[in-house]
Amino acid sequence: MNAFLAQLLNGLDKGGAYALIALGLTLVFGTLGVVNFAHGALFMLGCFCAVTFRYLITIETVTIDPEKLSPWGTPLEVRTPLVQNWFGDFGAVLVDYSVPISLLLAVPAMLAIGIAIERGLIKHFYKRSHAEQILVTFGLAIVLQEIVKSFFGANPVPQPIPTDLRGAADIGAWLGMEVHALTYPWWRLVYLAFSLLVIGGVFAFLQFTTFGMVVRAGMADRETVGLMGIDIDRRFTIVFGLAAVVAGVAGVMYTPLLPPNYHLGMDFLVLSFVVVVVGGMGSLPGAVVAGFLLGILQSFASMTEVKSLIPGIDQVIIYLVAVVILLVRPRGLMGRRGVMES
Amino acid sequence: MLSLSRKDLVSLVVFAAVVLTMPIWLSPFGAAYPGLMQKFAIYAIFAIGFNILFGLTGYLSFGHAAFLGVGSYTTVWSFKLLTMDILPAMVFAVIVAGVFALVIGYFSLRRTGIYFSILTLAFAQMSYSLAYSVLTPITNGETGLLLARGDPRYVDQIFGAQMNLAGLPQPTLIGNALGGYGGFYLCAVLLILCFYVSQKIFASPFGLALRGIKSNQTRMNYTGFNTKPYTLAAFVISGMFAGLAGALLSITDPLAGAERMKWTESGNVVLMTILGGVGTLFGPVVGAWLIKYFENIFSAINTNMLNSFLSFLPDGVQSFFVTVLSKFVGEGWHLTLGLLFVLIVVFLPGGIVEGVQRLVARFRGGGQRGKATSPQPAE
Repeated sequence: MNAFLAQLLNGLDKGGAYALIALGLTLVFGTLGVVNFAHGALFMLGCFCAVTFRYLITIETVTIDPEKLSPWGTPLEVRTPLVQNWFGDFGAVLVDYSVPISLLLAVPAMLAIGIAIERGLIKHFYKRSHAEQILVTFGLAIVLQEIVKSFFGANPVPQPIPTDLRGAADIGAWLGMEVHALTYPWWRLVYLAFSLLVIGGVFAFLQFTTFGMVVRAGMADRETVGLMGIDIDRRFTIVFGLAAVVAGVAGVMYTPLLPPNYHLGMDFLVLSFVVVVVGGMGSLPGAVVAGFLLGILQSFASMTEVKSLIPGIDQVIIYLVAVVILLVRPRGLMGRRGVMES
Repeated sequence: MLSLSRKDLVSLVVFAAVVLTMPIWLSPFGAAYPGLMQKFAIYAIFAIGFNILFGLTGYLSFGHAAFLGVGSYTTVWSFKLLTMDILPAMVFAVIVAGVFALVIGYFSLRRTGIYFSILTLAFAQMSYSLAYSVLTPITNGETGLLLARGDPRYVDQIFGAQMNLAGLPQPTLIGNALGGYGGFYLCAVLLILCFYVSQKIFASPFGLALRGIKSNQTRMNYTGFNTKPYTLAAFVISGMFAGLAGALLSITDPLAGAERMKWTESGNVVLMTILGGVGTLFGPVVGAWLIKYFENIFSAINTNMLNSFLSFLPDGVQSFFVTVLSKFVGEGWHLTLGLLFVLIVVFLPGGIVEGVQRLVARFRGGGQRGKATSPQPAE
């Protein structure tokens, strides 16, 4: 029972990342009708927003303390980040919490990147075939990841979890079990809550604001909305920016769980496309449900009991589910009629 | 049955001449060594095969590397179990890759468009992951499948071939060892053969039917034409080409690793085909050669070479250009590749072959420009 709950929780935070990426993909697909293979690269760019932010605030001054000696007898070097010199304790907190605080950098940066990509490249591809859209965004993804590689190198850059949030939460004790019967790392819990918050925020934005209403109307019937004198293209550009922000913040918060490297996006891209297809192309709730579902399935498949029953299942479960869903229920779990069907 | 139209015959002869004289005309580019020219030929075969599926039917497969990997593994197993002769190895590789393609194609072709792409991608990723994990007894996991001195090689044992060797056994073609240029000419001859087959397919009623499926499958169905067997046949044929390419990779270097099945490899063959020109005879070959050339030559350029090349410039300007250009060569050649790719898709959807056609048309006079652009499929 405990193992079952632990795996469920493990699946939930991974599912949160899948759901966030798939949500952005679906948003772009539903509004612009563009199959965006560069979406994984946007997730990766988000990760590197966190890396950049940490790099910037940990620029240090090195002073030599003549009074103290290091264990091997040389004068001790004292390294203090500049922000700590300027702001004192507040600076120390800033460095400690660099990952969540870098969201402040990631949101405007990703919005700008998203809008630039849409205006610069994607808008020329609305009317072209899906194959060409896939190809051009695939090329863009290569360019983006190579740019990141030339700045940050090819090795993963680990990011620390804030000290207060290290260690594990004793969830078992909350549920009335024995102490330490079921523990779960705090940061994963934070990630899960964060992803739910962002998903909720996106849905609320689409459901309760005028802007969201126009976007939903545009998803349903683009031409009619245009005929009503609404500049739908501009709204959709912002939606692309929004999707980039969602992917980016998903990446920022994921960095402590998985040290980002430049081709991280490609690895997530394949999975998130599978998630979108399983959920149903163009269905936002479908993307979220499928994201969590596949995350949980993947974590159950990696249990030793299951693996001894069907060897290798943990490696292929997601693809297997995708194949079965596509063959049995081509529209996915919640797909609408007439989307991507000839 | 084996005849070609006059135009095709000319292009086949030209093509054969170009391929066979590679060692001569590639030497000014610094690429005339057998190891690289073999790769040129092998990946051209891979791309020609992919083009039969994508270029003719319009089905974009993102999992073709799986067949390449299967071909490689089959070849090495044939070396290990049967004989070091390459003919049975190639035959087995093509057959096994074909059977694989038949199974995967049978399921994947039930869907079209992006769903088809995702299905092929999912199958290929499954093969890749399984090759790394559960199928380790067959694939030898991360190390890759290698030849060993203790391999049984039952057929070789009967004939007593290659029994008392000092080192590892080498692949042979009916008893003759293949080294260096031998390997290249083997690949070159097979490439010409594959080009011929692709010409025949392009010119046949079968090829015409495939083009009909690309331009409007629904209408083909309405005319009472069952498109399923045709697309499946195209899928299997292109899988077999990939299997042959995989076999040749293992013949020229007897080693098979799972990384050949990774989805980025599938992406590579798509890039090659698009770069050269989808649905044209020469396009995939040109694309494969360009990308392989970039990969090997461009990535070897370093800042010293740039410095000496740009030494005629004033110092400040020189260091500026070297700093900028060095981002695009050496380690960063993927950046050039990505940029090139985006530019091609944006400005020249027909690839390099279409670009050349346009240029030729422009030289002949403006009147013919409209003709050169290939007809776009109806959406």
